[in-house]
Amino acid sequence: MLDGRPALGRMIPALTAGTISAPMTTTPDVLIRARALTKQFGALTAVDGVDFDVHVGEAFGFLGPNGAGKTSTMRMIACSSPMSSGELSVVGMNPTKQGAQIKARLGVVPQIDNLDAELTVLENLLMYARYFDIPGESARARAAELLDFVQLTDRANDQVEPLSGGMKRRLTIARALINEPELILLDEPTTGLDPQARHLVWDRLYRLKSRGVTLVITTHYMDEAEQLCDRLVVMDHAKIVAEGSPRELIERYSTREVLELRLTDATRASLNGRLDSVAERVEDLPDRILLYAADGEQALEKIHAQQIPIESALVRRSTLEDVFLRLTGRTLIE
Amino acid sequence: MAVVVRPAAAPPLIPGAIASFLRARRLVQRNAMVYRHTWIVIVSGFFEPLFYLLGIGYGLGTIVGTLPLPDGRIITYAAFVAPALLAQSTMNGAISETIFNVFFKLNFEKTYDAILATPLGITDIALGELMWALIRATIYAAAFVAVMLAMGLLISPWAILALPASLLASIAFCSAGLEVTTYLRTVQDFDLPFGLVIMPMFLFSGTFFPISVYPPIIQIVVQFTPLYHAIAMLRGLTIGLVDWTMLVHVGYLVVFAAIGMFVARRRLATKLVK
Repeated sequence: MLDGRPALGRMIPALTAGTISAPMTTTPDVLIRARALTKQFGALTAVDGVDFDVHVGEAFGFLGPNGAGKTSTMRMIACSSPMSSGELSVVGMNPTKQGAQIKARLGVVPQIDNLDAELTVLENLLMYARYFDIPGESARARAAELLDFVQLTDRANDQVEPLSGGMKRRLTIARALINEPELILLDEPTTGLDPQARHLVWDRLYRLKSRGVTLVITTHYMDEAEQLCDRLVVMDHAKIVAEGSPRELIERYSTREVLELRLTDATRASLNGRLDSVAERVEDLPDRILLYAADGEQALEKIHAQQIPIESALVRRSTLEDVFLRLTGRTLIE
Repeated sequence: MAVVVRPAAAPPLIPGAIASFLRARRLVQRNAMVYRHTWIVIVSGFFEPLFYLLGIGYGLGTIVGTLPLPDGRIITYAAFVAPALLAQSTMNGAISETIFNVFFKLNFEKTYDAILATPLGITDIALGELMWALIRATIYAAAFVAVMLAMGLLISPWAILALPASLLASIAFCSAGLEVTTYLRTVQDFDLPFGLVIMPMFLFSGTFFPISVYPPIIQIVVQFTPLYHAIAMLRGLTIGLVDWTMLVHVGYLVVFAAIGMFVARRRLATKLVK
């Protein structure tokens, strides 16, 4: 494992080398700064004037439905897509003018794995190291460490194609770490993975974070955002609609608990708004009714008191999903 | 919290072109790494022009007999065909790389998207692929020149320039190949350049017989193709018919290569940067 070994110090040299002040126009601990950042594809505005700051060492999330502008934002940060207007500073530099220098210090995990299918697992890492001008000796040492880190050491000499989705993802993550980046951009890092594979990826990302690496993650999985992100923004229709820590967002946009009720159609038809007084907010879904309340059990008791027949009831803590669906709506946007 | 932002990298001290060349060589290394597994593919590409030389040059040559040159010398048919096949072998190398391989890397394997997340840019990628294709084409050319030498088909001292001249031809073919590839969308699209351009160009650019057999209008059309100029240039050198028209061939290939590179770079940028 990389943990606890000198790799920790090499990952963020300044941690061990003392304070090094960077020539930045922004405050020193701001790694990414965006103001009125906009991306247009012809008539379509994919990102519409967003403002955000990502601080050193935090895990920052972009949460939003498909097409909300998350990936476009990430690609602008990664210097692989030029911005249409606004301001953007990444590791203190301007992506328009200093793309190569910025990219030297980033790790990028794209949404769709683009591993080099003509090379083996190990060669993928060695070749990527060369793109970053890492000398052969250190590249081999680093590649070996990283294969261990993502548990692919025994597949080192295999071709990439037969690997499972989870393995490819881990290799992509290892590849993104080859240049010991201080900032890693992960675009939907666990989409399409099975639960075991997801947890393994989360565990590795968590370890990176605890070493002080800054993570920027896009996701539409609420559990992923809650697990990994210190702070996040919710994007919808190319704009940022909310910002905060997962806890703050839940407090601000939801209640502490949610009561999920399933009723027969006949009961539902005869409710006439009788549930409205029970909870702060009631949401009618096709298959169930959600009651947002500080105390779910208490709400349930009040319903029992009204003698409304219930098929099933579940009290759960409010999650980011409740926030997300409240903010972005339940209609499918494509 | 300690300040953990590294100072911005020092501005590059080496001039842009050299820096780009240094980055572009990574593509050459990448392709060399790939061919460590599949070197036989490169070897096989050398045989096609060799088989043409044996089959057409010598086989058909026994019926054709010898050819008189304007200066009164008489040469074998094989000596006439060989320089054309030298041009074709460089074209083969150039096309295999810049059309087939680049197409798959660009459209299916998304190799360049991954590379663009590193300090390499579009120009570096275009230059790197060009350099690699050039290396492959030059290997074929060198091997074929060696065959011609061994078979006594280099009958003029000018032939010493055959290799540098085929390098120039390779640059033109590689640039054109890269340019064409950026316009191909599907595998079916390959039929167009191969069926309607490359194959007829190979047959009719003065490869197996002089273009003087055509009516004037066809001759003019043929003289617009890069293979015609490559063949005329190389044949002039290997059979020793060197005059001012050589400069026309060189000039044509230089301009053709420059246009190809310029368009290819721009097209790659529009395809890869969105």
